[in-house]
Amino acid sequence: MDVLTLALPPSQRSKLLAAGFHTTAALVSVTPFQLSQEANITLEEATVVLKLVPRSDIDHVGALSLSGPLTGSTTAWDLLIHEKNRRKIGTGSTEVDKILGGGVLSKELTEICGVPGVGKTQFSMQLAVNVQIPAEFGGVGGHAIYIDTEGSFMMERVLQITEAVIDDLRNKSPASAEDLTVEDFLSHIYLLRVHDPVEQLAVVNTLPTLLDEHKEVRLVVFDSVTFNFRQDFEDMAGRTRLLANMAQKLMAVAENYDVAIVLVNQVTHKVTSEGSRTVPALGESWSHVCTNRLMVYWMDGQRYAHLAKSPSLPVGTAPYVITEEGVRDAQESHKRPKLVEPHG
Amino acid sequence: MASMSLSSMGLNDSIAHIFRARNILTAKEALFKTELELVELLDVPFGEVQSALAIISAKVCPPCHSVFNILSERAKKEAAFGHLPTGLGALDESLWGGIPFGVMTEIVGPAGIGKTQFCITLSVLAAMPVELGGLDGRVIYIDTEKKFRPERLLQIAKSRFPDHFTSDQVLQQLAARVLMVQPDTVSELMLRLQGLEEAIRQHGVRLLVVDSVAALLQSEYGRDDIIRRQELLGRQASILKHLAESRRMPVIVTNQVRFQGGPGGQETAFTSAGKKEIMRATETANGEGLDLQLTAALGTKWSHAVNIRLVLESLSGTRYMKIAKSPMSATIAFHYEVTCAGIEQIGDETFDASDGGRNMIQWLVPHPFYVLRFSDFYKSIRFASYLTTFTQFLHRELEGANVRVMFTSLNFDTHLICVSSRGYLTC
Repeated sequence: MDVLTLALPPSQRSKLLAAGFHTTAALVSVTPFQLSQEANITLEEATVVLKLVPRSDIDHVGALSLSGPLTGSTTAWDLLIHEKNRRKIGTGSTEVDKILGGGVLSKELTEICGVPGVGKTQFSMQLAVNVQIPAEFGGVGGHAIYIDTEGSFMMERVLQITEAVIDDLRNKSPASAEDLTVEDFLSHIYLLRVHDPVEQLAVVNTLPTLLDEHKEVRLVVFDSVTFNFRQDFEDMAGRTRLLANMAQKLMAVAENYDVAIVLVNQVTHKVTSEGSRTVPALGESWSHVCTNRLMVYWMDGQRYAHLAKSPSLPVGTAPYVITEEGVRDAQESHKRPKLVEPHG
Repeated sequence: MASMSLSSMGLNDSIAHIFRARNILTAKEALFKTELELVELLDVPFGEVQSALAIISAKVCPPCHSVFNILSERAKKEAAFGHLPTGLGALDESLWGGIPFGVMTEIVGPAGIGKTQFCITLSVLAAMPVELGGLDGRVIYIDTEKKFRPERLLQIAKSRFPDHFTSDQVLQQLAARVLMVQPDTVSELMLRLQGLEEAIRQHGVRLLVVDSVAALLQSEYGRDDIIRRQELLGRQASILKHLAESRRMPVIVTNQVRFQGGPGGQETAFTSAGKKEIMRATETANGEGLDLQLTAALGTKWSHAVNIRLVLESLSGTRYMKIAKSPMSATIAFHYEVTCAGIEQIGDETFDASDGGRNMIQWLVPHPFYVLRFSDFYKSIRFASYLTTFTQFLHRELEGANVRVMFTSLNFDTHLICVSSRGYLTC
């Protein structure tokens, strides 16, 4: 690997190059002291530089010792075991859970996008409550951080959803659900209200600290990730770079802290040669960022969730309803008579 | 927060100096660059950049409270858990007590349906004392269409609270609480909005009404300026939402309806619900294909920005209010009328209106409806002068079926008259 690929300040980089260190391989066997002497940098700087150099002598995967370019890789088998132990947060609708492979997965970014009013926020609030369902009920039993950028988080609604969830659990097993209280549930949803893109970026940077403080958190919701990035941006290339950077940090957080990250996205109109259609906002490059993309939409008076992108699951669609209790399976009995019958 | 100066962040002197030397002075300027960009720009090691950004981020990051704490704080401070009761039983029930504080509520509907009436009713309610269900505060009423009538305000007040408004003096007090702002241009509106927070604090304002948000923008910015218009709209939305939240008060905006689409039409991939209707609307008088759909004006971006959307519409002469978007309630509709006491609910019945495509105002025009297309403005004016005769003719022809004739213009060169009816007619 070239020394140029290391994230070094330009001045240090040129000193290293001047001293003849062109590849990282050349740096592997050097001690900090030697490096500081030869490249004419301080001992502290040299230590930092050497930390950046990838080590190739880490024995990582059991009996199999991988070195060189394969350092740090795992086998597919390990991944499979890992996958099975993944925590999954139920959405409230078993149909939707099914297409998601059991629910919203931890350690991954899941994007929910849809037209205004289709229930993205309701979905997210439901997840923030459902993540707290204790393990004995097959839940995750974690806390939630909810980052509200649009001001659409409704405390009253969360209260209602929580009451419904606790009622459900009580019906299932009165004994073990006895000490579940609405207060506890609401105390374990941490709300951050973000007003501009700067605050949003700051939250992303501070997320590791927040998660260190609240170790129980298993779900982080950005509702929405889009809003602040759709106004006041003149430099579109800059915006794309910032978004990519943000996504990268979020992915690292999801992995390191074993949390599920849900990103709510808006839709926008895209004009094509055949007219215009609604597409998720933030552009093409953003589409590659999220591991899973769940589209929620209306069709013939029914809400549907459509898994449009997933690395491990087939594309699938499931109907769902939003009732007073929250997100639930669509059943015929839920369809109340309509006010207007279509004419002729 | 965005323009917070880096000098107040408590960065250590050496790194603070480097930031300053590179002319990065605010949190925004620092956070709008990626770490790698900063490493290049500031010529300091990655780790140092990271820790500096961590310090800046921690300062800018908004506070984190649990929902329970916020709720209990609110219960202590605010009457009715932060809602303005509207007196409309079904609406108050669905929205947990009335129009919520801290969010932007939009009222959408065609002309003459009662949007302004609703705004005036709410202004009266907000100005009433707490013991009569009001917020006991001033109201800022931004009237961009110059449609506000003070007589109507007093009439509504008198009819609603006959026991309270016994003398002209009390009425005068009420009227003095409603502060009218009538901006003539978008820039004036923006200017006023930007300075509003301080005024709201000073004068104890408890309700902000913008009637309407679309009028000025649409008169000043045509189709060609759509990008600029959207940008201004986005900024207005941010300001209004910020005011709602920081002052913890309800913000009401009204919006008009528009025909969406045109030749070629607008197809939405997500909502195919409206499609059937589009097909039917295509049968135009002169046989030319035209896809039309009624929807709230100002586009998707604006729709995302409003927190609650109430749609007012009329179906066979009966007026309905529909909660079309709300994070806390199901989509319901109920019957209302405009009376001398403002907007009043008729009957206790509520209807499920979760009829798909919530942004489509589906019931507005009973389908099928017919579109007469005119090649120039003058022809349509000439037609308009025969309108009454024409409507009567339709009534006769269709044996009393409900007929509504509406004017609209898709853009400046096409003028349309929509005639809606339940039956079929040939022209």
